Amino acid sequence: MAVPSFIADSREDARFRTEVRSWLDENLPRELCGWVGRLPPEKMIPWHRKMFERGWIAPGWPEEYGGMGATLAQQLILQEEMGRIGAPTLSRQGLGHIGPILMRFGSDAQKAEHLPKILSGDVAWAQGYSEPGAGSDLASLQCKAEDMGDHFLVNGTKIWTTAGDKCDWIFCLVRTDPNVKKQEGISFLLIDMDDPGITTTPIALISGESEFCQTFFDNVKVPKENLIGELNKGWSVAKALLVHERKLMAEIGSDSPRHILQPNVAAREYLEFENGKITDARLRDDLVEYDMLMQAVALTHFRTFEEKSNGVRSAAPMVMKYVGTEAEKTKSELLLAIMGSRGMGWEGDGFTPQEIDTTRLWATSKVMTIAGGSSEIQLNLIAQKVLELPQR
Amino acid sequence: MALVLNEEQRLLQDTAKDFLSKYAPIASLRKLRDEHNPIGYDPALWLQMTEMGWASVILPEAYGGLEFGFLGLGVVLEESGRTLTASPLFASAVVGASAVLLGGSEQQKQMLLPQIASGDLTLALALEESHHHRPTHIATTANMQGDDFVLNGNKCFVLDGHSANKLIVVARSSGTESDSVGLTLLLVDRNAKGISCHRTIMADSRNAANITFENVIVPAADILGTVDNGWSILEPVLDRGRVAIAAEMMGCALETFERTVAYLKEREQFGVKIGSFQALQHRAAHMQSELELCRSVLLQALSTVDDAPEQLPLLASLAKARLNVLVKLVTNEAVQMHGGIGVTDDLEIGFFLKRARVAMQIFGDTGFHKDRYATLCSY
Repeated sequence: MAVPSFIADSREDARFRTEVRSWLDENLPRELCGWVGRLPPEKMIPWHRKMFERGWIAPGWPEEYGGMGATLAQQLILQEEMGRIGAPTLSRQGLGHIGPILMRFGSDAQKAEHLPKILSGDVAWAQGYSEPGAGSDLASLQCKAEDMGDHFLVNGTKIWTTAGDKCDWIFCLVRTDPNVKKQEGISFLLIDMDDPGITTTPIALISGESEFCQTFFDNVKVPKENLIGELNKGWSVAKALLVHERKLMAEIGSDSPRHILQPNVAAREYLEFENGKITDARLRDDLVEYDMLMQAVALTHFRTFEEKSNGVRSAAPMVMKYVGTEAEKTKSELLLAIMGSRGMGWEGDGFTPQEIDTTRLWATSKVMTIAGGSSEIQLNLIAQKVLELPQR
Repeated sequence: MALVLNEEQRLLQDTAKDFLSKYAPIASLRKLRDEHNPIGYDPALWLQMTEMGWASVILPEAYGGLEFGFLGLGVVLEESGRTLTASPLFASAVVGASAVLLGGSEQQKQMLLPQIASGDLTLALALEESHHHRPTHIATTANMQGDDFVLNGNKCFVLDGHSANKLIVVARSSGTESDSVGLTLLLVDRNAKGISCHRTIMADSRNAANITFENVIVPAADILGTVDNGWSILEPVLDRGRVAIAAEMMGCALETFERTVAYLKEREQFGVKIGSFQALQHRAAHMQSELELCRSVLLQALSTVDDAPEQLPLLASLAKARLNVLVKLVTNEAVQMHGGIGVTDDLEIGFFLKRARVAMQIFGDTGFHKDRYATLCSY
């Protein structure tokens, strides 16, 4: 499809793009291009290290914290070029989540201790938010941290801890006061996953992957200095983080890497054409509808960048998570419809690896509209924050 | 390319909003409708609009224009979509002016464009011949007879056709009925001998006409562009029109949506504001999302006209298709969420509903543009 180039690079940006492109060409191991799913740590860490040494590991971080301090245009270029070549996605929990939180809420000592190790990739982080009984209603979480004078004693469980079995540290929301309004008794704690009393079990998903885990805390002693922000003020930290997470999820939705099978490419391989047209009118209609939607989502993604650069505020960032992740699900369903029974393969040599990947990604796509605030929660937030509709 | 408005465009938008809400609110359209106004718009208002330069936003300075480009035009059209202002802005200042600008000789431009800008001349495009947009299916003939052309045929859905001073007629000078080759654009006085014009009354209370041409003589000097090559002008003119009408539809959708959200905050049932019901909140939030997507598409399409015309066919079809779907969704939801009063003529929501449906038909419905987009993407 003739995808229009949206924004022309300035001369300086064009130079940066060339530099990024040729560096990636030379330095990204070929076997990592187009990797589907999460990279195992032994492949992830060397690649993280390489990006770190090049100075591009944290484009959006300010220079004072060891980041690149890149302009928005440069960040976009890095994102686009990584997508173009099919570079694997690095863990977002450290660089995208706890890093920015530490910069905003952490003490000087906490920043000095943790930020360098996030950048270098020496420490991998997990997120301890949801619990079996606290999903969309996150504030009802029960995992508790009792004040024992010189330390907190943590008991309870966290679920959907991404790669929890492979991480070194976890940032957690814990209940520190059960006797007040639920949002007002929550604190934000950093916990070393090597501490005694912590066990982690992977959860098998419908996609066949088990990137999410459940982590159990049994009388875990956590030093007082691991508290982020004030005691019982963890909810405001959490909210800041959720905004960040929605933004990251929206980026996944709008910038799906091109090495993954695209519906218009799949159409050429799996559908009949006559006089240059797909003969199945229903699938042709579904495909054009999807292409138009994706173009609109991509343009909105670019608009949020341009607005940010120009200091313009709009509701666009608030809707990106919802539209981006719903579009990803639409895409996966469309791919299966285009591939017919070839899109039903699960393993073995009866299907090509790309076919199997596509089917498994379809199952993975169901995660997108649930994790990081479900679509229903997103709609609640738009109704509340953008439209300011009355709450019950 | 720009996906945000600049200072100049924002100022123009504020001016347009102030003026239109003061001098041309929905009540004006209602009045034109109820008094069966023979022209269908208020000429004095149009004069004021042209004095503010709105008919010359896209025209080069050389022809007395403001040269603000399509992003500038877009904000004026969007505001006129909020107030459903009936005027020759679309038919004459966008479609007509674009045809002259893209197809006219230097002499034609010198003569016609300043008159369009001042409002002294209004144009209408006589294109459609059936009840679906099929811009290459032209049966109206233009045959050479000495130094003149002779026009014969029937046109329908000619926007502002009964009020414009001149018509731009799309006629076949060669080729078979669905050929894009062999079309010629002819400029003819609406009162020329052999033209009969029948005004149609449409759901949106705006203006269109059915026009018959019977042995109408047009001097060869009055063609736009060259003989048989009309399509090379008509296609970009239609694309500009599609983007422009999409901008008007954006205003229509936004106004309808904002009025509906305001109603959700005000109307009480079961002892609470109905806007507190999640069933309605989610539908409203979904519409907000669709509005945001359409906003990006529209801005891109408008800037494409000026900055990347080679991408215009794709972007124009994207914008028209997406905006068609948006106005249909928003106007239907608006009526439903207003409940009983939503179906009364007293409430202005009905005017938006009806205008939306007519606008959806102008220069291609959703199916037309999805098919075109798919064809442009080679599938």
